[in-house]
Parts: sequence; C-alpha cells; structure tokens
Amino acid sequence: MNKIPNRQIICEVLVEQAKKDKDIVVLCSDSRGSASLAPFAKEHPEQFVEMGIAEQNLVSAAAGLASCGKKAFAASPACFLSTRSYEQCKVDVAYSNTNVKLIGISGGISYGALGMSHHSAQDIAAMCAIPNMRVYLPSDRFQTKHLIEKLQQDEKPAYIRVGRNPVEDVYSEENCPFELDRATVLTEGTDVAIIACGEMVHPAYEAAKILKEEGIHATVLDMYCIKPLDEQSIINAAKQVKAVLTIEEHSPFGGLGSMVAQVVSSQCPKKVVNMSLPDAPVVTGTSKEVFDHYGLNAKGIVERVKEII
Amino acid sequence: MKNLAKLSYDLREDVIRMIVEGKGGHIGGDMSVMEILVTLYFDQMNISVENQKDPNRDRFVMSKGHSVESYYAVLAEKGFFEKETLIQTFSKFDSPFIGHPNNKLPGIEMNSGSLGHGLPVCVGMAMAGKMNKESYRVYTVMGDGELAEGSVWEAAMAANQYHLDNLCAVVDRNRLQISGNTEDVMGHDSLHDRFQSFGWHVIDVEDGNSVEQLHTAFEEAKTVKGKPTVLIANTVKGKGAAIMENKANWHHKVPTTEEITEILQEFESRKAVL
Repeated sequence: MNKIPNRQIICEVLVEQAKKDKDIVVLCSDSRGSASLAPFAKEHPEQFVEMGIAEQNLVSAAAGLASCGKKAFAASPACFLSTRSYEQCKVDVAYSNTNVKLIGISGGISYGALGMSHHSAQDIAAMCAIPNMRVYLPSDRFQTKHLIEKLQQDEKPAYIRVGRNPVEDVYSEENCPFELDRATVLTEGTDVAIIACGEMVHPAYEAAKILKEEGIHATVLDMYCIKPLDEQSIINAAKQVKAVLTIEEHSPFGGLGSMVAQVVSSQCPKKVVNMSLPDAPVVTGTSKEVFDHYGLNAKGIVERVKEII
Repeated sequence: MKNLAKLSYDLREDVIRMIVEGKGGHIGGDMSVMEILVTLYFDQMNISVENQKDPNRDRFVMSKGHSVESYYAVLAEKGFFEKETLIQTFSKFDSPFIGHPNNKLPGIEMNSGSLGHGLPVCVGMAMAGKMNKESYRVYTVMGDGELAEGSVWEAAMAANQYHLDNLCAVVDRNRLQISGNTEDVMGHDSLHDRFQSFGWHVIDVEDGNSVEQLHTAFEEAKTVKGKPTVLIANTVKGKGAAIMENKANWHHKVPTTEEITEILQEFESRKAVL
C-alpha cells in the first residue's frame, strides 16, 4: 500500500520547480501542515507566504501576486477554499484571469469524522460553474506529479482537488500515461463504461478486473480533467457499450455524473447511472468506512454494473 | 493643482454624459471619488499608456468598482481609450465598457465590482513588489460602506504583518451608502482608530475633494516606512452640484434633462471660482 498522499507529491514538485523558478509562490492559510507544504516553507521561505486563517485574503492576495508576474499556488482545505473564498476564486482568479492554481487539499470526505463543515462534496459543481476555471481531480501520486508539473507551465487559473490520505496507486513510475485535458483509458471493454475521477478511479479499475473474471468487459476512464471535460473520450467509450456508470466523491448534483450525462444524452444516448455521495451529511467514519457504507468501492461498482447492463 | 481641480469638474461632466447615454450609473460615488482618482492619476502614480506593461509601474485597483464611470473618465483622459467611444457605448449592448472595471480594457489591472476585493488583491501586488525588490507603489480606493466587508480587515491584518509600506489605501468617506447614512447602516466613525489598531499609518484628509490636501496626504504616505498607509478622505457624495450632494437617493440615478442643465451649470460656476 502506498503511503504518500497526493498533497505531499504536490509539495515535492513545487519544492523542485521553485529551485529554478523564483516566480513560484506558495500561499497557505495556516494550512502548511495539512497541505504537506511545510517542507516548501522551510526550503523556500522567500517564496512562501503565510496568510493566516483568512481564506478570502489567501485567494485575493494570490491573484494580486499573480497579476504582478508570480505563479501563485494557494493551498487550503478544499472545504474552505471552495466555499469561503468562492467569490475570490470567481472574481479575482477566474474573471480577472490571474495565474493562480487553487490547491484544494483534503477534498471530498477526506476529513472523515470531522463532519460536514470539513467535507467538500460540492466543489466540482461549484468550481466548474465558474467560466475560465479548470477543474482537476488526479487519481494517484504519479498522475498528480504529471498534472502539477504540467499546470505549473501555463498561466491560466485552475482548481486541483486532492485527498488527505494516501491512495492506492493506479499507475507506476514507469507507466503513467498523461496528456493534459485528455482522460486516461485504463482498460477497454464493450459492456459498460466506468468513468471515474479522483480517489474513485482505483476502485473503478479494481471493479473492472473483477467484472472481467465474470465475463463482463468494462472500459475504465480516469477523468481527472473534469473541466475542460474530455468529451471525445466519453463519446468514444459510450458508443461501444450498453451503459455508462460514473463514480465520484461528490454530491449527486453538478459533478462528474451530471456532466457525463449531458454529453452522452446529447451525443450518443445511452443509459447513464451515477454513483456518488448522498445529498446529506455523510455517516461518521474514516474515508474508507464512508465509502464502504455507500458502496463507493469495487464491490459496490461491480454490483451496480450488473444491475444496469 | 488648480488645473487638476478644474479637470475634476470636466471629468464630472464626462461622467454625467456617460450615465445619461448608458441610462444608469453610480452617480453619487462617482462625484465623491473624482478628486481622489484625478490626484492619483495626474499627480501621483507612474502610470501611462506608454508604461502600462512596465513591471515597475505603479498599481491601482478600483475596489469600489461601482464608481466605474469616474474611473473610465480618468482613464480616457489619460489616453487609455477614446473618450467619445466610451461615452457613446457605455453600458450598451456588446460594449467593452461594462458597469464595473474589467481588465480586458487597457489600463485596468484587475476586475472588481464585488466589494472587499481591492485591498486583499493589493496586498498580493505589494508583496510581489517587495519580493521582486521593485519600487512601485500600490493604491486602492474603497468606499466607506465597503468597509463592512470582513475581507477588508483580513487584508488590513496581512498588510501590517508584512510591513507593506508600498501600499496606500484610500477610503472615499462620503458617509452615504445605498440604504442611507453609513452610521445608521453600519457605523464607521471610529475608522481612524480601527485602522490604527490594525497597525496602519492613518491620515485624515479633512476635505477629500481637495486635490491640494490629497496631494499632501499622498506625499506623506510615501515617507512612511514599515507599515501601510490609509487616507480617510472625507468627501461629499454627489459632489459638484447641490441637488446631488449628500443625497442617498443619488447613489444610482440618471438625472432628468432639467437636472442635467442645473448640474452642468453648477459645475461651470464652481469651476470658475477655482
């Protein structure tokens, strides 16, 4: 089992990049520990800014820095970043088109038993609805590394959500195909297309392996790029199969499932079923316990697939 | 300085024309903020069409974005865009001159419109100046009603924490907001003490519609080391004509033909005695 959370990978990439790029600035809201960014603050104190527990100012100041040529990475728990500073993300980052990468850490229900105040099951919907905002949910540490390295090179706004806990590897150091804004096809089949993002990619891939043993052939798409959504990959996959299943660590509304359904229903009508968190505060527990409770695991996916095809 | 006082009245006339053409505008705050903008753009800041890409240009964010008509009039006067096109197309279909500042237009650094954003953005701009060891200064103008936004005080804290002496905020203290007297809506009479307690250097400008007094205050701000400065500019909402002055219902309004005549005549007579 991998022991490195995706947030730590972001720090490692930024520590490395900041050695040669003095314009990289990381901002935290008393979140350097929870964001795993303490090593960055230690290594590059002159490129690190502590904003205190003030998420609105965190994002606006990041936008101000970016407007003066800095490459700003603002890292704060996704639950606060996507709500408390939502307007700053909308106006100062997206609308003003500043080079701010918003790093939503401990996203989804990562904080487990801390409760709904600390969960961000609405961030995909919220962020995707802002014009000029890109939204990414990488699935594992290898993909996270590619994503951050790539985003670091451009000058446009983006929101990146990563979880708190280490997640099982989907890829490996040697084998992590990555093209920005193109979904990664993990496996191909003609019975069902499973489209997943973030931490749900691993169980989706596992489910496909179980289904294969039972003679059901699934396509699995790692749709880490929620916006811009890789519509072509969705259409290509949907055309080949009987039904489409989406799975995400998000509310049932306005997330990956909604967006995939929009594409499939207009481009190649097929049944689309969405697996998500409920429209309610989730049950108390660790991430794994919560996912298991709602069937957001390989077993749950296998069962759902059998129901819909 | 006399010329700038006169220029302020000329630009007020542009604002009136813009609001009439565009059939709407935040006229009261436009009038109160005019001398502040004119002093910044024609006396203080190193900003011009020629240097708008220069990393060391001074930065300005119009935090009270609803006073965009005055801001546009000043930028047009500076040559950032053509004045007649601005006046004829303001707020009309498909116009680039929308009802709040937009940085797709030349001369505008950041979009605004939602209050309480300008000072936090300027904190970032001032930090970048310090990091890059550049000498530019960063300015923003906030409304007094705007100060009820909590984000203003988040930024005030950070500006002090990081000793941003390259940052100068101005409060257009016209004492009126859309619902009425600021003190009835959410009081700010202790503004001086509030900013001071946040570690700021505070300058009270007795007449915030006086370019001489504003000039003196901005010059003082430049000498302050280790902390940010705020000018509390005591202005008159609707400044320029008696029918608009200190009237909350002129916050957003299009004057009638008769009112326009009266306003423009009063501008002329006030200009004549400057």
